[in-house]
Amino acid sequence: MRRSEDARLLTGRALFVDDVRLDGMLHVAFLRSQHAHARLTSVDASAARGRPGVVAVYTAADLGDYWRPGPLLVPPPPIAGLVFNPCTQVPLAKDKVRHVGEAVAMVVAESRYLAEDALDDIVVEAEPLPAVVDLEAALAPGTPRVHEHLPSNLAAHAVQRKGDYARAKARAHAIIKRRFRYDRGASAAIENRAVAAHWDQRAEELTVWDTTQAPIPIRNGLAQLLGLLESQVRVVAPYVGGGFGPKIMMFYPEEVLVPWAAMRLGRPVKWTEDRQENFFATTQERGQIHDAELAVAKDGTVLGVKDVFLHDTGAYDPYGLTVPINSQCTLLGPYDIPSYESEFTAVFTNKTIVTPVRGAGRQHGVFVIERLLDFAARELGIDRAEIRRRNLLRPDQFPFNNDILFQDSAPLTYDSGDYEPALDAALKAIDYGRFVREEQPRLRAAGRHVGIGVVCYVEGTGIGPYEGARVTVEPSGRVRLATGVGTQGQGHFTVFAQIVAEVLGVDAGEVHVVTGDTREFHWGTGTFASRGAVVAGSACHAAAVAVRAKVLDLASRELEAAAADLVLDGGRVHVRGDPGGGLALGALALKANPLRGAVRPGTEPGLEATAYFGPDRGSTANGVHAMVVEVDPETAQVEIKRYVVVHDCGRVINPMIVEGQIHGGVAHGIGNAFYEQLVYDEEGQLLNASFMDYLLPTATDVPNVETTHRETPSPLNPVGAKGVGEAGAIPTGALFAQAVEDALADTGVEIREIPLSPNRLFELMQEAR
Amino acid sequence: MKPAPFDYFTPATLDEALALLAEHGADAKPLAGGQSLIPAMNFRLARPAALVDLNRVGELSYIRSERDGRGGGATAIGAMTRQRAVERSELVARAAPLLAEAMPSIAHPQIRNRGTVGGSIAHADPSAELPAVMLALEARFRARSATGERSVPASEFFKGLLETALQPGELLVEIAVPPLLPRSGTAFLELARRHGDYALVGVAAVVTLDARGRCTAARITFLSVGDGPVLATEAGKTLAGQALSEELLRAAADAAATRDVDPPSDIHASAAYRRQLVAVLTRRALARAFERAEGNPS
Repeated sequence: MRRSEDARLLTGRALFVDDVRLDGMLHVAFLRSQHAHARLTSVDASAARGRPGVVAVYTAADLGDYWRPGPLLVPPPPIAGLVFNPCTQVPLAKDKVRHVGEAVAMVVAESRYLAEDALDDIVVEAEPLPAVVDLEAALAPGTPRVHEHLPSNLAAHAVQRKGDYARAKARAHAIIKRRFRYDRGASAAIENRAVAAHWDQRAEELTVWDTTQAPIPIRNGLAQLLGLLESQVRVVAPYVGGGFGPKIMMFYPEEVLVPWAAMRLGRPVKWTEDRQENFFATTQERGQIHDAELAVAKDGTVLGVKDVFLHDTGAYDPYGLTVPINSQCTLLGPYDIPSYESEFTAVFTNKTIVTPVRGAGRQHGVFVIERLLDFAARELGIDRAEIRRRNLLRPDQFPFNNDILFQDSAPLTYDSGDYEPALDAALKAIDYGRFVREEQPRLRAAGRHVGIGVVCYVEGTGIGPYEGARVTVEPSGRVRLATGVGTQGQGHFTVFAQIVAEVLGVDAGEVHVVTGDTREFHWGTGTFASRGAVVAGSACHAAAVAVRAKVLDLASRELEAAAADLVLDGGRVHVRGDPGGGLALGALALKANPLRGAVRPGTEPGLEATAYFGPDRGSTANGVHAMVVEVDPETAQVEIKRYVVVHDCGRVINPMIVEGQIHGGVAHGIGNAFYEQLVYDEEGQLLNASFMDYLLPTATDVPNVETTHRETPSPLNPVGAKGVGEAGAIPTGALFAQAVEDALADTGVEIREIPLSPNRLFELMQEAR
Repeated sequence: MKPAPFDYFTPATLDEALALLAEHGADAKPLAGGQSLIPAMNFRLARPAALVDLNRVGELSYIRSERDGRGGGATAIGAMTRQRAVERSELVARAAPLLAEAMPSIAHPQIRNRGTVGGSIAHADPSAELPAVMLALEARFRARSATGERSVPASEFFKGLLETALQPGELLVEIAVPPLLPRSGTAFLELARRHGDYALVGVAAVVTLDARGRCTAARITFLSVGDGPVLATEAGKTLAGQALSEELLRAAADAAATRDVDPPSDIHASAAYRRQLVAVLTRRALARAFERAEGNPS
């Protein structure tokens, strides 16, 4: 089934925040720090205030009581012995700047051009401080501190354990030990962030259009900050051009300041982030350094893993420990690993804030375990696919508790899965056996450098706390569905309509979906952690089931038949065996909302229901990716010849949308593995803050992705779905490393880092000589 | 990313444009396709006080064969000719196959639809394809100002990073590409991170052979290895009088990589990697150019 939102998106009829144009609207530009780390001695905006066309200029000093650090968005799970130092971002820098691009002043003017002209007029005096850039150096004694009230740059320290790793190590046939580096990049959504706000003085209502993934928490938070009732604030997340995580980072400075300025100035105010700002001011994911070891038996059975890693959290840590905990948890993968010792230290640096980006740290964990298995396979003389097979969890082990805590504070428990057939399907799809036995030796003999890779992964998805939905049958027979999550292109309009349509026996085209508008629905959290279909989808299902009960109840009275004998189909209710008879849903909706006469006691008007769904814990999707590459060892150029995905996200609601999510994820993953890198110099300056030098893979750089679906339904929700939003991006780095290393087997190159580039591959080959 | 304020002029003729450039002097910038200038202005890296938009000056857009009376004339290209027009020109494909081969490597079709030949050459980005190709082809550039006109050979035109022999008030108006000699072959190769990116290294090669297949003339140029297009004189010397062999190609590649270029390091490629690419691309491009020369007896 095709996506119902696409016609609107493709013909330019979808509303994006930047499309909001109101009479008298003012425009905003931010003065941003040029320094990664500096003490601010003065910010003089007087000249800027005098420039024609400038309406207001605000510095931290001008914000008064409104200046306060943002909220801690995700408190860390209750891990024993946890150290966590929360330092959340501020609306405008005061006293000190902590990363390049941190907002220092806000100019409001009649146009964006004038606002940018006025930035030149603001005089900032700052004493540069040495920048904290390198992860290891950040913790060395005597290093300058990003937050001076803390004793060091340590943001958090956590240890999680299962089983007895020391014993496993003592029993092991071999210990595979390596250092790994995994760096990630910008989310690079096609639409940058934007906020527009309008204070209606007569209605005493604030409307905020925001590219957020979480409009309801933004509404609630803004109401609190601005001293308004929640009902006085309407937040609309209209169509949003990609979220990928950073748009959930709630209460960005711009998000807090634009509505405040609109109220203060009594005029609509809009700020649209430009691409350059996006590289500095929108959160990113970045690097980790892992020192990991694998204790393995002679037959390849994994006895245990120990991992100690550093995590770069950037200048502030408002999103808690979601990313490093995802790394910690996802490392265990689809494998039965009896003992695990994982310790991480999160570190403040003078770089843009780190929060989840599609995959949200899972990549790092997958990279470590998959690479360790590859090196173990080589050392033990076991085939790479075989060592994985020997360690996969068996279907009878579910639900499987990994004995550590996941990011949602629930035990890391896999709900369901059937892993070995997924591996087999991927090996078959890429013709692994024949490639390794026949094709690769033949091509190698001809001087070609071809390699194959196969990696497995799991993805914790669909976490709580909850989402809600309201389903209404209108007298026209059309169905209205409102839910709170925002949409950033995933296909929510289609999928939620499908879920409701199936329950109510109507055509999906008859279901009109509203998402991300707090006036329509104001309970919920947001779109993140691959949870839209799982959590919001289940709420839609629950609301539809409740409406169906109302329909059947009313129809059984009207048609004088038992509810069990009624059929909902084609927008009508009829008695089984009498498809020509019965009543249209619209007619029932009219009857359910009479204008005259009496109703039965206890009757609720209309065919409408609101329902909520909150899972106890997330559902665990899994998959296997395989690829064939060819490398030109003279130029270090890599060509992806084939890319195969076998994916299990439980019940597939819309195969095309699932495939689209996987394709997009793989593109993100390939970018992460081979193209994208945020290059900071030792002063903390980002050297490639434009799409000229920050390389996103384009359509011609992404191969055709061959996808196979497997369906192991989740027992945790009525739809049986598991999330799929991040899956494609998670295993790609590990896969790329394995396949390229295999292609270059004769060079002895060992790949322990991502991202790669031809330049880096060339260096590695030189080093291996 | 909005530009600083500027005055904007839209002359309809070359004379009007030259008068405006003379009037505003060094404060004015001619605007051709805008594919480099406009981004630079949006980043406020360039802040010209005045833009003289050449896009309505129709007389600067053409591709034609100049007869010189001896049967094989130069191919003349008006400075405002869109890169896409050159890419699609049958005349260019016939008379200047090296140029035709290089065109698809310039960014993307959308950019070539707008970008001009003269704009790219006058901008003189060291990573641009057209300067290196024109240097390999020994093109001549016609420059005009309100007070006169002169012709500058490519070898004297590129003066350094984003610098050319053009004076303030002077406009590049035409590029003349001389015909290839008989038994000449050309090849263009580049490696970029993604298709359409500025090349990590690019090479343009022109070789001319005698009847016995020995090299009588060779011009090899590189892009993305210096302040501007780089002519590989040492590599050229190793080819003189020699017939094609694996050893010859390796010697020329080695000369180019070790003696002709002193490439920079940047975030995409180290100097060492660029040298490696210079060697590999030189070998591959020369092999192709020799092969084509042998197939081009007339």
